[in-house]
Amino acid sequence: MEHGPAAEWKKENSEGFKSRLGIIMFAAFTPIYLAFILITVINPRLMAINVGSLNLAIVYGFAIIIIAIILALIYNRICSKREKQDEDTEKVEGKIE
Amino acid sequence: MNYKAEPAAIAIFVAFVAAVLVISYMFSRRAKTASGYYVAGGKIHWAVNGIAFAGDYLSAASFLGIAGMIAVAGYDGFLYSIGYLAGWMVALFVVAEPLKRLGKYTFADAIDAKFKSRGVILAAGISTLVVSLFYLIPQMVGAGTLITPLLGLPFEAGVVLVGCVVILIVATAGMTSTTWVQFIKGGLLVIFSIVVVVLVLTRGISVPPDQYHNFATLKVANIETLTLEDPSYQVIKEFQVGDASKGSTFVKLSKDNIETIWKLDKANNVLEETQIITQPASGPALYNGAPKEEGKFYFVGHLSEIDGQTSVQTGSLDPFTFIEKVKDGTVVRWGKQVLTDETSKITVYYQIPTSGSDVLIPGLKFKVDPLRGATPGDRVNFVSLMIALFLGTASLPHILIRYYTVPSPAFARKSTIVAVIAIGLFYILTLYLGLGSMTSGNLDITNENMSAPLLARSFGLGLFAVISAVAFATILGTVSGLIVAASGAVANDLMNKFLRMNLSEHAMVVAGRITAIVVGVIAMGLGILFKSMNVSFLVGWAFAIAASANLPAIIMTIFWKKTTGKGVAASIVVGLASSIILILLSQDTFNSVYNLTNVTAPVPISQPAIISVPLSFITLVVVSLRTQKSKMPNTEIAVARQ
Repeated sequence: MEHGPAAEWKKENSEGFKSRLGIIMFAAFTPIYLAFILITVINPRLMAINVGSLNLAIVYGFAIIIIAIILALIYNRICSKREKQDEDTEKVEGKIE
Repeated sequence: MNYKAEPAAIAIFVAFVAAVLVISYMFSRRAKTASGYYVAGGKIHWAVNGIAFAGDYLSAASFLGIAGMIAVAGYDGFLYSIGYLAGWMVALFVVAEPLKRLGKYTFADAIDAKFKSRGVILAAGISTLVVSLFYLIPQMVGAGTLITPLLGLPFEAGVVLVGCVVILIVATAGMTSTTWVQFIKGGLLVIFSIVVVVLVLTRGISVPPDQYHNFATLKVANIETLTLEDPSYQVIKEFQVGDASKGSTFVKLSKDNIETIWKLDKANNVLEETQIITQPASGPALYNGAPKEEGKFYFVGHLSEIDGQTSVQTGSLDPFTFIEKVKDGTVVRWGKQVLTDETSKITVYYQIPTSGSDVLIPGLKFKVDPLRGATPGDRVNFVSLMIALFLGTASLPHILIRYYTVPSPAFARKSTIVAVIAIGLFYILTLYLGLGSMTSGNLDITNENMSAPLLARSFGLGLFAVISAVAFATILGTVSGLIVAASGAVANDLMNKFLRMNLSEHAMVVAGRITAIVVGVIAMGLGILFKSMNVSFLVGWAFAIAASANLPAIIMTIFWKKTTGKGVAASIVVGLASSIILILLSQDTFNSVYNLTNVTAPVPISQPAIISVPLSFITLVVVSLRTQKSKMPNTEIAVARQ
């Protein structure tokens, strides 16, 4: 059997860009989650504050889930756009037929 | 609580298992190569893989455990939903694409790709096995717990049934059939959760719920002598729990020769009806004084009032008004107290009216509020748990292997996004499943894991049958993913790479199949051994162990150029060992695993992640810095040659 290398180091042009974008998205999301934990553990009574007809705990909890989904979609959109650009450039340069 | 097996539930479950086995058989041809067996040839469509991710991830702990925890403890159950989902952000933004780029079959591959070190492979392989086994135990216990109420079979039958079906699925067609099982299960789970939640909202909230047992109160004429206004009750005995001022008082009464236990409400001078399970020294337990089959033990879960009104029928509600009604109401939760009466043990379930606004904030299960007696240790535990949930997802071996079933890093990303959407939607639904169960009079306080199926049953036996089958499918999907991960660790990481056995394609598949059978059998044994363990407990630990052992290795391998093989191996070993040791020496384990209730455990906290994750990171950094290969001479030579 052929083992071959465990990893294929096929370099994508957009790799570094996507990786940096991932870190930025992660840095945007993490404080939202951390603040949620900190409010809960430092002053849980704050979670009972009314927000509209609901309370902060419910609104914040839903917001974390919805923000996560929105960030995921934004990330995918930017990455896909960049991948397409790179592909097009390579086509123009004749790297891909 | 007594359940009758529904023929329809059995029929749907059997049909589901049969369909799954047919699929496995059809795909078994494709599983002849190593890549076909371990990663479904890397040819799964990203959308299918995304739903399969959801099917892989949403285990019994998510579906049954979270809904049940919300039903009895309100918002605290939802904290798990939030933490589990947030964890996917680590997986998506940080881990998904690089890990796909580096690996082939397992995450150990990905780490090894950079270091080519047997130490790394050994450590990562062992960590995969340990985490998978830890995660398998609660799934098997869940299978056993569910089988009795759903299909009327004993606990062990459930464990063995799930074990055998999963072994058949995995051993015949590996990851290909596992993927389709997870895809079908993930899809069914989300769709039927939506159906149940729509029904819950359409029904609205009734105070009291339809066909609900009216829990009685008795007026006390004189609290000192404990004389009741109703002379037909005779006071038999008083039980004092805790001290007289703060503790609770239970009173045993007799009427028409039927003995009941009541809880004294000193503030209002009344006795409140409780539910009791009496376990005599010998013979079967009595439920509210009668054998279980007679059904005298009532389903519970109700609001006692909304906005001060004790008789309300809201009719159909929108998702926000539903929560608002709970917030404005008083939820009757249930406490549990064990009393000893002569030779019998009496478990008393008593009412705890709780304001809706308290139910909808954290704090009923996890102690976080110092004003309500939370110690610093309690609060550290809470933070530690939330960290483990956040960091654990991206470190679970059975989740990581799904990155290798799609053709490219871009598809790995896309399928993760499908997963985030499906899982996020599901976790929002868990809040409604839990609150629906909490308020509609279908809650079995002796078995909170049954909350979601019982809620479905209140809409008809057909839906109950479907949800029961989905609950089992949930366990099948997750268990097969775990077993594929474990067999990859043994055949690829340990045998092929660490022991350098240079297995042929065929031999690797055979090794994987044998491992699947062995791991499956071990999982069945552990499931039966840990029968009485709390399921959510073990899942929390699996997350903590995974985060401690694997996450620092993954993150630093991807992002820190100075990481060395020795550093990675050391961090995996330290993370794995420290998290397990902290768990084994924690107070929770002393109390609920060793049953040592009056012994102070050496470790004051029960959630290890807050200590073991940083420890594992530090180990990696320190060992890596001390084992740097000196690159200077090479560079100098290169420069000199120019």
